[in-house]
Amino acid sequence: MKREQLKEAFERKKRFKNQLKTYRQKPESAKTPDVPKGLYEKCKECKTTVVVEDLIKNRFVCPNCDNHFRVRAVDRIGITVDEDSFVEKGLGYITLNPLFQDHYEQKISEYKKKTNLDEAYVYGYAEIKRHPCVIGVLDSYFMMGSMGSVVGEKVVKSVEYAMVKRLPLIMFIASGGARMQEGIYSLMQMAKTSGAIQKLNEQGLLYISVLTHPTTGGVSASFASLGDIILAEPKALIGFAGPRVIKQTIKQSLPEGFQTAEFLQDKGMVDKVVHRHEMQETLSKLLSMHEKGGRA
Amino acid sequence: MNILDKEKKLEALEKELSHLDDEDAIQDIRIKIEDYKRRAMKNLTAWDRVLLARHKKRPTAQDVIDNVFDDFIELHGDRKYGDDKAIVGGIGKIGGHVVTVIGEQKGKTTEENIECNFAMPHPEGYRKALRLMRQAQKFNRPIVTLIDTPGAFPGIGAEARGQSEAIAKNLQEMSQFGVPILAVVIGEGGSGGALAIGMGNQVFMLENSIYSILSPEGYASILWKDSSLAQEAAEAMKLTSYDLKELDIIDAIIPEPVGGAHREPEKVYRAIQSTLIQALAYYSQQSPYEIKTGRYAKYRNLGFFQRFNYENLKGVVK
Repeated sequence: MKREQLKEAFERKKRFKNQLKTYRQKPESAKTPDVPKGLYEKCKECKTTVVVEDLIKNRFVCPNCDNHFRVRAVDRIGITVDEDSFVEKGLGYITLNPLFQDHYEQKISEYKKKTNLDEAYVYGYAEIKRHPCVIGVLDSYFMMGSMGSVVGEKVVKSVEYAMVKRLPLIMFIASGGARMQEGIYSLMQMAKTSGAIQKLNEQGLLYISVLTHPTTGGVSASFASLGDIILAEPKALIGFAGPRVIKQTIKQSLPEGFQTAEFLQDKGMVDKVVHRHEMQETLSKLLSMHEKGGRA
Repeated sequence: MNILDKEKKLEALEKELSHLDDEDAIQDIRIKIEDYKRRAMKNLTAWDRVLLARHKKRPTAQDVIDNVFDDFIELHGDRKYGDDKAIVGGIGKIGGHVVTVIGEQKGKTTEENIECNFAMPHPEGYRKALRLMRQAQKFNRPIVTLIDTPGAFPGIGAEARGQSEAIAKNLQEMSQFGVPILAVVIGEGGSGGALAIGMGNQVFMLENSIYSILSPEGYASILWKDSSLAQEAAEAMKLTSYDLKELDIIDAIIPEPVGGAHREPEKVYRAIQSTLIQALAYYSQQSPYEIKTGRYAKYRNLGFFQRFNYENLKGVVK
């Protein structure tokens, strides 16, 4: 083998090891969640400034008005699963630019730096109050959690991982929909992920989807709406089309509270709206009731 | 000059033809018309194809059903809420096969369009489609779907009745049917609204139809904040039949006559018919298990990405 080739391969290995190292650090950072820049954060609902430390202690819920802040994937895992139990799977995916859109690669690399993720979806093995499960989280800070080829593939991989290990699957959804830059490939991910969920159904495994703010577009019209049990966070925006599009189409103002989690529970589209403080408890209860395939 | 302007010019030439009596002059104009068709109406841009796909006179799903299938009987309603006129469904015959046909219906006039909601289905439309597909599964009938929609309807009622759940459920169930699903994009294939009945074992497109994640106008306004750049967006989005064939998203292109399907619809109907019969013959040789797994594998492998495989380096580097 040529020396240059060897050198290149060696460097690649080194780079990958470094990448792995940053991933391995994640459970630790999940213990003390990422502090958003600055010491204060402004609540969008009640307009008061909240000390970030209080916010983290309060599971990213505004202590004043109970507004649920948007949560990064790392923090979501941190506030949901047992300490040190999370093991990330499905590393090393590289997003490409299938339709040669301008500035797409730059955008992706910017988001990669900003969020320290390689794509908008993270999954792995975890335990919630000692109940083992596969947990998948969409990060709305990574291009609005939009679903492109890599996210679609990783969602399917997480389903397949759950099937191999015969574990229940929990997904936290936060996504604007399909990723426009990957065009038709993103659209096809809807079919791909929905098909995978069907396989999971045939195997008799539990799939809980938790809809958080926002859940719209191609993600809500595929695997997000197919949970055996669908939970939602209070006041989360959930729907197929965004409110702006609906307004433009029907040329009317929308009713108060339209497309919120409570609205959908009222219409029978969501099983239960669960406060973030009770999420861990609810999930662990549900998991315990579905052990041994649901038979008590 | 886009295709609609060219069409007007062609129509003017044809009008001229009808006024003439002189044999030689008629011959002259005929040659001119043929020449014009050959030069100007071929090599269409993506935007031209968008305009053709949305053409007012383009054959609708009902036209295709009437002319391609024999003894079509329409079946209405989703048994839960109502009957959505944006989706036409029923049973028909084609080349000795009995099939379930589901199509998204556009109108030709404004009144017709209002009645069928500009081919934008509500949840009950998708649930009707699902009901008919389940029925097809029960009686082991192949399913043919005709796609022609700008997208699923974004409205208050549609959201309240679970538009996203309806689409997701369709996708989930379509992945497990043991009967072949053949999808034909006959006009606009818009986003999830198209995919919700279009998850086929084979997907065909008419030459001048489009299939995309979003309308070019929407794409331009979301990504470039300017909806007037729709023409550029149409090029960038790779939404024409030729682009999608190249990307391996669709299986075959059904050719159209020069100038679009509406100029000689009869030719298009025959082309659709022969394509469908061929595909049906192919799938009649396969078992339900093969059909189901084949479809799953097709969609499972769709995607364009890379994975850094650490395992591959083993043995190369110590």
